[in-house]
Amino acid sequence: MSDVPTVGIIDLTGEPTTDDDAISVIPDRSGPRDADPEEPRRLVSAWDSENVIATGLAGASSLAFTWLVYERLTPLSGIVGFLLSWWATFVVISFLVAWERRDVLAARDHLARTLAVTAALVVLVPLIAIMVGVIGKGYHSLRLHFLTQDQSSVGPLDSATKGGASHAIVGTLEQVGIATLISVPLGFATAVFLNEIGGPLSKPVRMLVDAMSAIPSIVAGLFIYAALIQSGYIRQSGLAAALSLSVLMLPTVTRTAEVVLRVVPGGLREASLALGAPEWRTTWRVILPTARAGLTTAIILGVARTVGETAPLILTTLGNTGFNGNPFHGAQAALPLYIFQLFRQDLPNSVTRSWNGALVLITLVLVLFIIARIIGGRGPGHISRFRRWRLARKGLA
Amino acid sequence: MIDADDVPRVIVAERGRGDRVFHTFSRMASALVLVLMALIFLFLVTRGWNALSRAGTGFFTHSQWQPEGGTFGIAAALFGTVLIAGIAIVMAVPVSIGAALFLVEYSPRRFRRPLNSLIDLLAAIPSLIFGLWGRATLMPRAINVARWLTTHLGFIPLLNTKTALYTTSTFIAGIVVAIMIVPICTAVMREVFSQAPVGEKEGALALGSTKWGVIRTVVLPFGRGGMIGGSMLGLGRALGETIAVTLIISPTFDLHTLARPLENGGNSIASLIALKWSESGDFGQSALIAAGLVLFVMTLAVNALASTIVNRSRSGLATEI
Repeated sequence: MSDVPTVGIIDLTGEPTTDDDAISVIPDRSGPRDADPEEPRRLVSAWDSENVIATGLAGASSLAFTWLVYERLTPLSGIVGFLLSWWATFVVISFLVAWERRDVLAARDHLARTLAVTAALVVLVPLIAIMVGVIGKGYHSLRLHFLTQDQSSVGPLDSATKGGASHAIVGTLEQVGIATLISVPLGFATAVFLNEIGGPLSKPVRMLVDAMSAIPSIVAGLFIYAALIQSGYIRQSGLAAALSLSVLMLPTVTRTAEVVLRVVPGGLREASLALGAPEWRTTWRVILPTARAGLTTAIILGVARTVGETAPLILTTLGNTGFNGNPFHGAQAALPLYIFQLFRQDLPNSVTRSWNGALVLITLVLVLFIIARIIGGRGPGHISRFRRWRLARKGLA
Repeated sequence: MIDADDVPRVIVAERGRGDRVFHTFSRMASALVLVLMALIFLFLVTRGWNALSRAGTGFFTHSQWQPEGGTFGIAAALFGTVLIAGIAIVMAVPVSIGAALFLVEYSPRRFRRPLNSLIDLLAAIPSLIFGLWGRATLMPRAINVARWLTTHLGFIPLLNTKTALYTTSTFIAGIVVAIMIVPICTAVMREVFSQAPVGEKEGALALGSTKWGVIRTVVLPFGRGGMIGGSMLGLGRALGETIAVTLIISPTFDLHTLARPLENGGNSIASLIALKWSESGDFGQSALIAAGLVLFVMTLAVNALASTIVNRSRSGLATEI
């Protein structure tokens, strides 16, 4: 103890120490910590108050600068140009501010962050603009009877509130319904094949499902026309439209279902097989029910993708101003086709009618999408309140 | 200890009748996908052959579209398609890279899921709505941008114009298509960026790198395949886009006009089919089917290449959108 110099006393409390009470003192960390004056702590958070203030000031100064140059010194005008110049000036000024406050590395880091945030905003702006635009143009003349009347007694010069699109809505529901009935069983079976059975066929199938999802929608319509209508098997009708839609729906359903089935825990599968259940029963009673939520999402996403498809309908069903509830016979209207045809007539009231239709269509897509998100957010094996009630009635849970 | 006769039992799973039916059924369902793709190709070839054989190589060199008159070709439509897709890619790819980086690296964790949902929602909006919006809302604003571009940067080949009409142009169609393909590009890039190796990212940080340094040295090199693949998937979508383009452009078959994308008039294979279908006779429809065949083969090739690149960069995980 005596010939070793005492180095063991670490005292950060600032209280006077003597050699007598040579015990280690745990520094008090409750108060503010003393930073080393030589090397200030580096800030790792990007959004401390200083940065926020600096960014705000850069925004204000670039606004002032742009206003001065754009509105006063140069003969420029227009809101788009002003916003773009403001943004460009802001990027430069905030880069310089960051350089001034720290160094060039920090400034580059700041620049990259600004550009990434800008890109994310640029993606969201059209989404908001489209929503606002469709609602703003569509809601004025949208009446409740838009859902119950058709266009059979409406002329192009009649007021935009006259008549409705019931024929088109019913047509779309029937066509998408038939397409769903065709592509969901096929898509699920393919997804089950890819996940549960596999084999040498699975690689080309997976590749072609990928390729199929990239088929231009108009080509799907061309195919149905060339294969079935020109050959004389069916006429242009709701059924032909449904078939072309199912070509487009199949890859969406298959790929989503495959991803969903992949996350079913292998232990469940093995437990069922170990109990002696055959594969089909394992799939039917264990794997598909476990993935119920995800499979529902797959169906809804498939429907959401096809409900607004227009291009194949131009070729496969001719559109109709009157009501035709029979998808197997005669020309049938569809909501996207209704919107498209009225918009191309280029008469003020027709265009307004087509905006009404667009509002209904986008609402439909939005509702489907939100339902898909809510259901899709549940993990595999989630049992909804309704299922729980039904199982309880059967005495199973 | 080990009995010489104790060889491992051969395990043969004897499938019951139910399993055999199950296997056959799901195998047939997936074989149907193969058959369907073959049928699409086959029918487009047989129905389009009539026009294709009549036109010969002229099908790719003629720009006019008068099948009944005997001179027709997809030169203008093909050129227009490539131009629209090119403009869309040039605008969409930088934005997608930035947005994907924001989602993976910059955004606070609690915003990540809602933002992803919003981008997926953008992908779910029907192309018809994009077309309506582009025509009614975007076009009046884009005209000013086009005028500014051609006034100040008109010396660059693709930005010069001869007339002062900037509506219904290839440029505006390109903007709308760009908005439509951003979600798919972003989704692919987001997936790839989020799989950048954490160890190397932390290594870069530990060496004193800034966030941008981490992105530049780890995330971007790692995600290069995803960026190329995602862009090409977007390109495939852009080539086949039909209704939005049809609503925006007014068709022109003059290659010189098409070469000035800011000016009135554009063309694309898909919109050619959509516009000419109802007014075509048997031979005209055959010619349009032949054009559709070219579009089909083109998108398929681009897409196959893209999925190969993406899958190679992500070691076997399938795309998820």
